[in-house]
Amino acid sequence: MSATFDKVADIIAETCDIPRENIKPESHAINDLEIDSLDFLDIAFAIDKTFGIKLPLEQWTQEVNDGKATTDQYFVLKNLSEQIDKLIAAKGA
Amino acid sequence: MHLEYFQLIDRIVALDLEARSVRSFCRVPERSTIFEGHFPGYPLLPGVLQIECMAQTAGWLVMARGAFTAMPFLANVKDAKFRAAVLPGDELEFEGNVTHEGSGFSVAECRGLRQDRKICEAQVLYRLAPFPNPEFRSAIMRRAAELDVALKELSK
Repeated sequence: MSATFDKVADIIAETCDIPRENIKPESHAINDLEIDSLDFLDIAFAIDKTFGIKLPLEQWTQEVNDGKATTDQYFVLKNLSEQIDKLIAAKGA
Repeated sequence: MHLEYFQLIDRIVALDLEARSVRSFCRVPERSTIFEGHFPGYPLLPGVLQIECMAQTAGWLVMARGAFTAMPFLANVKDAKFRAAVLPGDELEFEGNVTHEGSGFSVAECRGLRQDRKICEAQVLYRLAPFPNPEFRSAIMRRAAELDVALKELSK
């Protein structure tokens, strides 16, 4: 699995006190890992700092609320990791 | 400092949008119902109110950086430390630096000082949300004016 996923999984394990081995690329942060919105703010803060990006949480939430995206697209960890990779690439472009 | 009204900051002494820094001043009142319980015969400003002082101070900066379009709600406090007893009559300064602005949240490093000596510190995370109604925002703007938040500066 990607280095990005590994870092994200480490962050989630540390922030939410979830055993690292329970955090899989297919895990849904909300539905499977039961991470609530407050803990996800902490995770977003750690991801922002670690990768030097700004996760567009408000935009993603709006897209989900408008029915333009599913939570799977952003909160299944392999997808979240891909989104992070895109943001990193966009920053360096 | 009007403890019972949770108006803990007396005025904003300095606010620098570019430097993301703010400093406030307040004087702990000699008398308060809070001191009747905390503690009888030994009045101390509770640590939880020192946290609120820090959160309110940096909260003004967070609001100002967002041009008062969103309200910062206290969401998380980390690494809070209380280094000294704070007594009635003490004159305090609180400082805050916004260290991160995420999507829908901001983080500030805060500290309180008495005669330039640190009395408390914490990292504060705010969840940003739209003002729930225009009346609330108007009240916040009135309070900002009372605190000498440099509204002219912020409208640049």
